[in-house]
Amino acid sequence: MTTATRTARHPSTLATLWRSTVGKKAVMAVTGLVMLLYLVAHMLGNLKVFFGPDDINGYAAWLRTIGQPFLGHEWFLWIARLALLASVVLHGVSAYQLSRRDLAARPSKYVHQRRRASYATRTMRWGGVILGLFVVWHILDLTTLTVNPVAEHGHVYQNIVGTFGRWYSDVIYIVAMLALGFHIRHGFWSAAQTLGANNARRDRALKLTANGLALLLTAGFLSVPVAVMTGVVK
Amino acid sequence: MNLTLRIWRQAGPDAPGSMTTYQVSGISPDMSFLEMLDTLNEELITRGDQPVAFDHDCREGICGACGMVINGQAHGPERTTTCQLHMRHFRDGDTIDVEPWRAAAFPVVKDLVVDRSAFDRIIGSGGYITAPTGSAPEAHATPVPKEAADTAFEHAECIGCGACVAACPNGSAMLFTSAKVVHLNVLPQGAPERAARVRNMVSAMDAEGFGGCTNTGECATACPKGIPLPSIAAMNREFLRAARG
Ligand code: HEM
Ligand code: FES
Repeated sequence: MTTATRTARHPSTLATLWRSTVGKKAVMAVTGLVMLLYLVAHMLGNLKVFFGPDDINGYAAWLRTIGQPFLGHEWFLWIARLALLASVVLHGVSAYQLSRRDLAARPSKYVHQRRRASYATRTMRWGGVILGLFVVWHILDLTTLTVNPVAEHGHVYQNIVGTFGRWYSDVIYIVAMLALGFHIRHGFWSAAQTLGANNARRDRALKLTANGLALLLTAGFLSVPVAVMTGVVK
Repeated sequence: MNLTLRIWRQAGPDAPGSMTTYQVSGISPDMSFLEMLDTLNEELITRGDQPVAFDHDCREGICGACGMVINGQAHGPERTTTCQLHMRHFRDGDTIDVEPWRAAAFPVVKDLVVDRSAFDRIIGSGGYITAPTGSAPEAHATPVPKEAADTAFEHAECIGCGACVAACPNGSAMLFTSAKVVHLNVLPQGAPERAARVRNMVSAMDAEGFGGCTNTGECATACPKGIPLPSIAAMNREFLRAARG
């Protein structure tokens, strides 16, 4: 006689995560943190514009050689791009699905309305949409150079000075970077909460870190268009 | 005190509802909010009108039955239950808006009464410990670390009133569910079913049509028992741990 033991089958970890509101939020948190990490590096790299054309153009050329000779030319860059693309898509799709669910869960509003939560918290959805649109503009402007007035491949410095010479380009960047600051102010702390890293003792430190990161990134990114507008970088 | 009340009146689950204005006079500042509504209802009954339906039971802040949204705030302006809210927190001549909890998962039954049985189904999915019952066990049979006992007590204070859901812009039940999950999962008695509990309770919560958490913190601000916002982080931690294993 044989006895068969069968353990109850659980759906896979990924399926469990994606199907639940808690898991899907964790996907948002992880992808958000991946993008945040990238943005810190990106912002620091941008500051090289203050050291002159050779510095930042050389830096941009070096980015294409990372990992050589193990990796081919630009391979690292493409790996990073794919990871970021996956992050932004997963983040956006989760945000859309969760938001639809949230709106359906509260179909009728209160007659007596009250101002709720902080500005950063209330603007996560529209702020996220602004960031998504900005990313498209940004790539057309400084990666593919489709809408850039200078549009010389490899001449990062000149392309930057070119784009920020136009008022509407400055407006787009300033609005987007303010939106980014707010998104991170709520998002960083929120991600810690979502991933279970928060507790009563850490709460304050996490909120301070979120504010610090938001301020640092917004100020760092904005320093470049402001420098071009004021003629510090020309 | 003389007050103007604007109260949500709805004859039944599928009937249309609207805010109806009433005047009440002779309200003592020492009355509770529910006693003020009793006064109004006595008047309505003498006039031959339908009294305002609202849930209540213990009237001492422990059963969780008496939820309503007062001037846009769950349980009104003080951090307590509606039955423990006193009229001294309002001023003579005030206009007060009274509405039922609003959430897809809490359908209105009548006037200010909503159906909160979605909470019971969440509890039914894992908010207990499977153990043979009998006489109370010897208190020292299972040692519980002080910190775990404190956390469990803090979360056991949840009375399931639903203020968290009512206050949340997403009608989310995360604070309620996390109070129950954390209460049991920190205790040695709850440990054997730890992973299944959080998995099942989260999936029951999702199945009821509650929204997700966007960390607005409205729930913890509204909670009459002070269940803290980081409880949700603790449940998330339990859930992610259970999903991995
Ligand atoms: C496609 C563009 C984007 C959209 C539509 C979007 C939308 C959202 C939404 C709706 C939330 C949830 C807010 C809430 O729960 O209250 C969120 C959270 C978050 N976002 Fe974005 N976002 C976008 C881009 C970004 C970028 C570029 C970053 C990089 C820093 C980012 C980082 C975060 C983080 C860290 C969170 C917190 C996740 C959590 O609550 O656990 N997002 N986003
Ligand atoms: S009636 Fe029991 S808590 Fe208010």
